[in-house]
Amino acid sequence: MSAPYRIAGKGRLTPARAVRFTFDGKHYAGLEGDTLASALLANGVHLVGRSFKYHRPRGFLSAGAEEPNALVGVHRDAARKTPNVRATVQELYDGLEAVSQNRWPSLALDVGAINDLASPLFSAGFYYKTFMWPKAAWKRFYEPNIRAAAGLGVAPDQADPDHYAARYAHCDVLIVGGGVAGLTAALAAAETGARIMLVDEQAEPAGALRYESGTRIDGQDGWDWAQAAVQTLRGMDNVHLLTRTTAFGYYTQNMVALSERVTEHLAEPQQDLPRERLWQVRAKRVILATGAIERHMVFANNDRPGIMLASAGRSYLNHHGVAVGRRVGIYTANDSAYHAAVDLKQAGVDVPAIVDLRDNPQGPGVDAARALGIPIHAGRAVVGVAGRQRVTAMNVQAKGGGAVNPIPVDALLTSAGWTPSVHLFSQSRGKVAYDDAGKRFLPGVGAQDCVSIGACNGTDDLDDLLSEAIKAGREAAKAAGIATGRAGPKLKATSSESWSGGMIGAGPGADADSKGKAFVDFQNDVTAKDIRQAVREGMQSIEHVKRFTTNGMATDQGKTSNLHGLAIAAEMLGKAVPAVGLTTFRAPYTPVTFGALANYSRGDQFDPTRRTAIHPWAEAKGAVFEDVGQWKRARYFPRAGEDMFAAVNRECRTVREAAGLFDASTLGKIEVVGPDAASFMELLYTNPWQKLEPGRCRYGIMLREDGFIYDDGVVGRLAPDRSHVTTTTGGAARVLNHMEDYLQTEFPHLKVYLTSVSEQWAVIAVQGPKSREIIAPLVEGIDLSDAAMPHMSVREGKICGVPTRLFRMSFTGERGFEVNVPADYGQAVWEALWAEAEKHGACAYGTEAMHVLRAEKGYIIVGQDTDGTATASDVGLDWAVGKKKADFVGKRGMARPDLVAAGRKQLVGLRSPDGKTVLEEGAHLVADPNQKVPMTMIGHVTSSYWSENCGHPIALAMVVDGHNRMGEKLFVPMPNGTIEVEVTGTVFFDETGERLHG
Amino acid sequence: MLLIRCPYCEEDRPELEFRHAGEAHLVRPSNMDAMSDAEFERFLFIRQNPKGVVFERWRHVHGCARFFNAARDTITDKFVTTYKAGEPKPTLEGAEE
Amino acid sequence: MAEPIGTLRRPALSDKRAARDTVSIKAADPCLRVALRAPRESVAAVSTALGVALPSRPKMSGSDGARSALWLGPDEWLVLDQAGNEMLPALAKVDAFHSAVDVSHRNVGIIVSGRGAADVINAGCPQDLSLTAFHVGACSRTLLGKIEIVLWRIAEDEFRIECWRSFADYADSLLRVAARDVSSS
Repeated sequence: MSAPYRIAGKGRLTPARAVRFTFDGKHYAGLEGDTLASALLANGVHLVGRSFKYHRPRGFLSAGAEEPNALVGVHRDAARKTPNVRATVQELYDGLEAVSQNRWPSLALDVGAINDLASPLFSAGFYYKTFMWPKAAWKRFYEPNIRAAAGLGVAPDQADPDHYAARYAHCDVLIVGGGVAGLTAALAAAETGARIMLVDEQAEPAGALRYESGTRIDGQDGWDWAQAAVQTLRGMDNVHLLTRTTAFGYYTQNMVALSERVTEHLAEPQQDLPRERLWQVRAKRVILATGAIERHMVFANNDRPGIMLASAGRSYLNHHGVAVGRRVGIYTANDSAYHAAVDLKQAGVDVPAIVDLRDNPQGPGVDAARALGIPIHAGRAVVGVAGRQRVTAMNVQAKGGGAVNPIPVDALLTSAGWTPSVHLFSQSRGKVAYDDAGKRFLPGVGAQDCVSIGACNGTDDLDDLLSEAIKAGREAAKAAGIATGRAGPKLKATSSESWSGGMIGAGPGADADSKGKAFVDFQNDVTAKDIRQAVREGMQSIEHVKRFTTNGMATDQGKTSNLHGLAIAAEMLGKAVPAVGLTTFRAPYTPVTFGALANYSRGDQFDPTRRTAIHPWAEAKGAVFEDVGQWKRARYFPRAGEDMFAAVNRECRTVREAAGLFDASTLGKIEVVGPDAASFMELLYTNPWQKLEPGRCRYGIMLREDGFIYDDGVVGRLAPDRSHVTTTTGGAARVLNHMEDYLQTEFPHLKVYLTSVSEQWAVIAVQGPKSREIIAPLVEGIDLSDAAMPHMSVREGKICGVPTRLFRMSFTGERGFEVNVPADYGQAVWEALWAEAEKHGACAYGTEAMHVLRAEKGYIIVGQDTDGTATASDVGLDWAVGKKKADFVGKRGMARPDLVAAGRKQLVGLRSPDGKTVLEEGAHLVADPNQKVPMTMIGHVTSSYWSENCGHPIALAMVVDGHNRMGEKLFVPMPNGTIEVEVTGTVFFDETGERLHG
Repeated sequence: MLLIRCPYCEEDRPELEFRHAGEAHLVRPSNMDAMSDAEFERFLFIRQNPKGVVFERWRHVHGCARFFNAARDTITDKFVTTYKAGEPKPTLEGAEE
Repeated sequence: MAEPIGTLRRPALSDKRAARDTVSIKAADPCLRVALRAPRESVAAVSTALGVALPSRPKMSGSDGARSALWLGPDEWLVLDQAGNEMLPALAKVDAFHSAVDVSHRNVGIIVSGRGAADVINAGCPQDLSLTAFHVGACSRTLLGKIEIVLWRIAEDEFRIECWRSFADYADSLLRVAARDVSSS
């Protein structure tokens, strides 16, 4: 084996399964099952990155998700470049390419390291105080340079070529964490038959059993037991086991979000596999078995590569078969680090000293270390180290001071004790409680249906933990409504592991008057000194200390640093730790990709694209489409050589000279059925409806209760108890909601039902003097004569052999029909009508011509000419308000003082005296163009077009007191000069309306 | 995402299927024409928005499509109860009258 | 409504069969649909006219041959006739207050079947689709991603999704990308 730090016979990886990879372009070999971290360590590589602020050389701190230092870029190809990957989490695959970050020109020689020397400038609060002047320099100079110098990896510059999946899931019991507690709880819950989901962030669940050597369960080595338990659970139909999956968010009512990494570990992922899968799990009960995270010791230069957590050193040794050094020192305040020393020593690694801050450490670990002859320096501290890019010695001193004794080491494992992972519990709004003896926060009063077990609950003793887990599994199943018949599993376990002891805060040599950098938060480069400074500068609450120093605010969210920071602040403040408070944990527990969060919401699935039944015909004819909400609507149908202006002019002219076909299918349509249909319409619209005869139509206006226009449309009364109501395209859904609201809650006594038929009917508007000739040959059973079917009437019959609701109505001012046919027949009927239309020189026209034609007639578009503050009177629709009606929605609102006051904005027409200038929609109007800026604006242009039929531009505008300004000159100040306009009526074409009927 | 019990579907359903619809138990007056401007303003615009239990309307818009009423605690964001439209306002501890 | 010239009809979704072993997604054949509304006191008369007892419990459906009634709300049902037998003439004769509206062309049916069917639908549908919570025959209006659907379980591993016509492409494409995931894992 080429990797120099791999120990033959140690670990669980298979030596024959070699995997090649590169780091900063250099080739290395690892083994299947390695993480990028374990493989680099096997090759003796500790230096893997530069720190965020000071560009200090950094190595690996941990062997897991809490890693603050070893962030690298992983590059698969030009588009697949993932920054800030934790090397301790990234599984190795053949051909993996990793690069270091935040260094230039190279990792070993980094210019940015000047920041470390200049560090007095960069202390806490530095940014807040320094880059204040001149103001403009922040954006142009300071921020870009600070961002370039500080920072993490580089974001990919190409679109993400991967795809991501999502799934909603439900279960009786969700168990987070597959360590001994989680696995045991899962076994107990699963045997009741409850639907179980068990999630674990590792490829192979085991939790602490991954590195523990002293635990035996049911006669098996801990790891082997865990793998057997996993096999048992995988074989059960009621268990869904998700590995490589992080429960990152705990939301309301036991909704837990999981991110499953599906292909991150694969050299050549199968095309169909999503890169990640987002799970939104709703669990009846949640069991949190999230374990605990080891803390580092805080002393000067504790960030040197080679200084790691004791459990990490053990993990690399016992799982990956990798020694983190040849001569490994231990610095601890906790028993568990002794087991690391023992395992290393037994594997043949030199352990020159265990430095223990405690005066009289005792227990099985201590005994075992002593038995192996490892020197124990009790009541002593590591106050500093030698070495820059790799630790070379630890400087040991008695707690009370005295001579400093350097002990040469090439790695140093530290342990300040264990911090229970209460992140998800805290996210669930549970309250944590401080355990003074254990110097830790533990789950206190819960807010949701969840329970914490094992190390995250402070349960250290293995027997206690097993019975706690079994109880939790059974009780969760029971609480989820599952009968728990039998007695539950019985597990026999023995363990020589010991977890007691620990300290929080800065150790000796990192006290208030020390000069070295003793790091609390590695990822954000926050030192013990920074936290003290924050307190000195007046920060009292931990929330303020956090924000001032950025302690715990990096992507690792302070998994290793929070408690140390809190303890240092508490000591400075002279308060107890719980009195200073703990910052709130927030989702996500570990970083989640945007891809997973967006999952399907991209491309075709980003938003539905709605197309009408006639869309394929328009597309084939070369129509240009526009987006109207989610709909694609044909905007115009350009012929060869035509631009939009020419096409729209031709379409407008053709409709008035011959006829045009228009796809109006997107209009909202509601069928109102029941004996009280007319009474209901009376209440929801301003117009009178009772006397509208079946077969006739009426233009209706709908108000909100506040008296403003909400929607409009034509309503056809098909029968005494049945009306076909149309709404604006954009209003379809909200108008039906508005009507249902009143029907269900205010007028429930009315016998009427509403049904959306927007998509039942394709609608073909045939408009123009030739419209009747076009439809006549295709219509059966309907007398189309003016006498039998006048303007504003509706008939049911057949067209092209299919049923139709045929409206005689017009949004153009021409004689017109709207042919409603069941949607699947829409295109065929359109094609038949088109064949007839062509005989008469008619055209297809789009939404742009439709807008011009209606504006020529002064027909408003709700939402364009109105803005939610317009009354019927404002837009000249008084005539549509049934003033004699006792009640309708908005009637009282219309009478509010402001709505009847003089000086409201009213809809008027505008003409440009030069006959050429088309105003810009949204342009403001003033009465006096020579007044001082800011001018008094008295209105704005709502619609504006070139009217080919009028031969001049036309515009509609809302103008203060507009109805009384007919003939007045107003002005539109524009960047290129002021345009003079004249106020006119809103009807520009066929003012008498003869063409509707003739 | 909240779970909301629809009193018509008689089941807890995901919040995505629902839409909030404002304060509950506001009755549209039958004599609106007779209301003074101040009275009408109170009816149309003035809402309670208390801290604690609120009574509000929801619509199971992507489910049974019914409007219904709910009592929800604005501090815990938890639903205290839901009930059908037209049913009387329940008496609840901590709720303002 | 009688079927006129068959070639005239252009359904929103042509039958694109998915060839995956775990799940199949295909357009349902066109059928007749009525959006039916009736208060409790009219249910018996309407049921008789339809020849299917309108279910009165949430999420229930009832079928008689090719005709099925799906409970959507306390006074609302979606009635499907997959044999093309007209329903509106018989309903027109019912005097009891009700509303029957032809929505045959408003909706599109999509059949999702295979052992991965529930997982595929759960890619966008937030409801619990286990057999205990959503038994065979259960139906519900709900969501699929960003659109509203009616979901009906016609067999343990077979669902019918009904959505509005213009949303069919979205539903179909979402189901297909989800099927890609479900089939690969």
